[in-house]
Amino acid sequence: MDKGKKLHSVAALFNKPDEIIDAAKKTNAAGYKKYDVNTPYPVHGMDSAMGMGQSKVGFVTLFFGLFGATFIFLFMWWSTASSYSIVVGGKPFLSTPAFIPITFETTVLFAAISTVVGMIAVFFKLPANSHPIHDTDYMKAVSGDKYGLVIEAEDEKFNKAEVTEFLKGLGAYKVENIYYPEFEKFRLFEPKFLLFLVVIAVGTCGMTYVTLNKLMYVTPFGWMEFQSKLTAQEGSDMWANGEGMRPPVEGTVARDDMPYPFMGQPTPPEVLSNPTLPTKKLLKLGQKKFLTFCSPCHGNLADGNSRLRGQFPAGPTLHSAKIINYPDGKIYHIITNGQNAMPSYSRQTTNKERWAIVDYIRVLQRAQNAKESDLQAINKESVSNVQK
Amino acid sequence: MSKNETGYTKKNLPDKIAKIGGILFAVGLLLGIAGFLADTYRASFAYLVSFIFFLSITIGSLFLVALEYAAGADWSTPFRRISEFFAASLPLLIIFVIPLFFNTGNLFRWSHADYINSDQMLQAKSAYLNTPFFVVRVIGILLLWLVFYYVITKNSRKQDSTGDQTLTKKNIRLSVIFIPLFAITVTLTAVDWVMSLESRWFSTMFGVYLFSGIVWVALAVLTYTAIKLRENGYLHSAIKEDHYYSLGTLLFAFTAFWGYIAFSQYMLIWYGNLPEETFWFMQRWSGGWKIISILLIVTHFIVPFFSLLSYEAKTNIKRLKFISLWVIAIHFLDVYWLIMPSMTRNDHAYTFSWIDFVYPLIFIGLLMVVFSKMAQKYNLVPIGDPKLQRGLNFHL
Repeated sequence: MDKGKKLHSVAALFNKPDEIIDAAKKTNAAGYKKYDVNTPYPVHGMDSAMGMGQSKVGFVTLFFGLFGATFIFLFMWWSTASSYSIVVGGKPFLSTPAFIPITFETTVLFAAISTVVGMIAVFFKLPANSHPIHDTDYMKAVSGDKYGLVIEAEDEKFNKAEVTEFLKGLGAYKVENIYYPEFEKFRLFEPKFLLFLVVIAVGTCGMTYVTLNKLMYVTPFGWMEFQSKLTAQEGSDMWANGEGMRPPVEGTVARDDMPYPFMGQPTPPEVLSNPTLPTKKLLKLGQKKFLTFCSPCHGNLADGNSRLRGQFPAGPTLHSAKIINYPDGKIYHIITNGQNAMPSYSRQTTNKERWAIVDYIRVLQRAQNAKESDLQAINKESVSNVQK
Repeated sequence: MSKNETGYTKKNLPDKIAKIGGILFAVGLLLGIAGFLADTYRASFAYLVSFIFFLSITIGSLFLVALEYAAGADWSTPFRRISEFFAASLPLLIIFVIPLFFNTGNLFRWSHADYINSDQMLQAKSAYLNTPFFVVRVIGILLLWLVFYYVITKNSRKQDSTGDQTLTKKNIRLSVIFIPLFAITVTLTAVDWVMSLESRWFSTMFGVYLFSGIVWVALAVLTYTAIKLRENGYLHSAIKEDHYYSLGTLLFAFTAFWGYIAFSQYMLIWYGNLPEETFWFMQRWSGGWKIISILLIVTHFIVPFFSLLSYEAKTNIKRLKFISLWVIAIHFLDVYWLIMPSMTRNDHAYTFSWIDFVYPLIFIGLLMVVFSKMAQKYNLVPIGDPKLQRGLNFHL
């Protein structure tokens, strides 16, 4: 029967689970390596009867489980604590307890999927989507109430007649040959079929677009633009004063921003000492903030040259002897608290930025009142730059 | 020395187990009384720790027996007697709970009328947390457990001589009734004895938390005893690797279960961040308790989890034996961690004392004595059980 086909294996069918355990033991003892047992349900004790060791698939599970845990934890750290840190519920950025459920889920997900994929890849030899023993009478029998054993032709000891005799000797009620199926040509990538797919895709998309947008005027999904929300400065009937934007709760303090202790006192009993070092980076920050908030009234060089042309009382020059002799803390106090016509800038700037402004004002003052030694130092530097 | 068709030969346990147990019990009792005389306040807390530890092993063992019947498991049938014999100490709980009744004033602040009057929350709770109702509850729960213990084990022993299969059916029915009652009573026990030590605190997961520890330690006691007895030939010779593997798997499962429950309880309180809940964990995160809390995470979850993870570990008898002892010790630490911080309540620094560690001697000694007496009187393998042969033939 079936002459000319390539033989895959010889298969034997048994009636009882005890027989199949016995057959597996004897096949193993006879020295066959490439054989397999197919049963309708897991038969206990089969692993040891077939002389199989522990499955290695557990290591795949372990590796990908640990990988999943590490990956997702680092990802959460990166996304919520490192790259774009946002305060959630007043917790620290890197709040491990909140991350653990997700780490746990991802561990399970990675472990489970990798186990299934690993098993399929190893045992089903992906990308093969079929096995020669599929779609045979043998397979139908072992999917019902029979117990089967196949010895593959690739086994070193394989000899068709010998194996058939051997299997009959084990008490099999039926022994049959299983052949490789004829190679099937995939008709999936024929040009006509691909063209058909493209036409369907374009047609569906186009018809959906025309129907929804041109005939029914229904947006395909809710645009974010049209959500029910208040934009900045918009009024709202929800609050008694009709304002949509709410001020923060009384006593709210920004992170890393200690409240200023002398707020509201025109002449404080003492002033803070400058906690910053005038590094280049800090002075750059001070320059930026000075030009943004201070220069409109005090002028770009702090000389009182206001840009507002009389629409607001012009700020005084900051190069007077009085201000040069102010301690840093006094200038900081004025920026933070305000003085005369000048309002408080504590809302617009953080305390670090205000200290940077103080440092930058000192730079401007020194530039306007440069000493001989300063000039010499600058000349020296420029000369040395030229020589380089 | 009787032989029967299952192939089990009854061998009497050596007398030395009962002797050592008796000595431990006597020494523990003397030191314990000395502890009560030296520092009654501290001794009542230390005694409560050991009492809960003892309760965990006994009621946990009864639960394992019921679980086997209810689930229809046959692999564990050869070991069932071990759990039954550990549950045999249950009647003694009625005696050993008495010293605690005399010290409710030391243990529970809700038992002081003036303290309740100063606290609105406790006034609201006082319908439940009052001494008469507490005593009735505790006695009622213990009696309920006792009834189930007597009926289930009596049926099981009767089967040894009669081999009557209807007894198994009866026990299945009893177990199915017992398990939901057990869930409720264990929750009440956890709330009454441990949670109400901090009378203002509440956590709805607390009962499950104690339950996970109870089953964990009962499994460890069972595993250790089973291996020890099998090694010395007191159990059936057909017990093999596959049985140990299943015990190890259950132990592993309950390790993970404890971790899951303990973390869930912590995370909900941490996330909610409500002062009336967080203070309990704050107590256990201050001073030296912080070290014990971290130690508990490592020793209660990480170490057993990874030591029992692989197939080889679960079939490695030596390791299984070591982990079982480890689990028993760590469950004690867990109960200690639950109860003892409530003794000082952050009022002053906590220091260990010899009193903390004398009471376990009483109960360990007691378990040994009761176990060996039971083993002398009855078979260590339920030879009349219809599931026994299937259990012995168990394959993975």
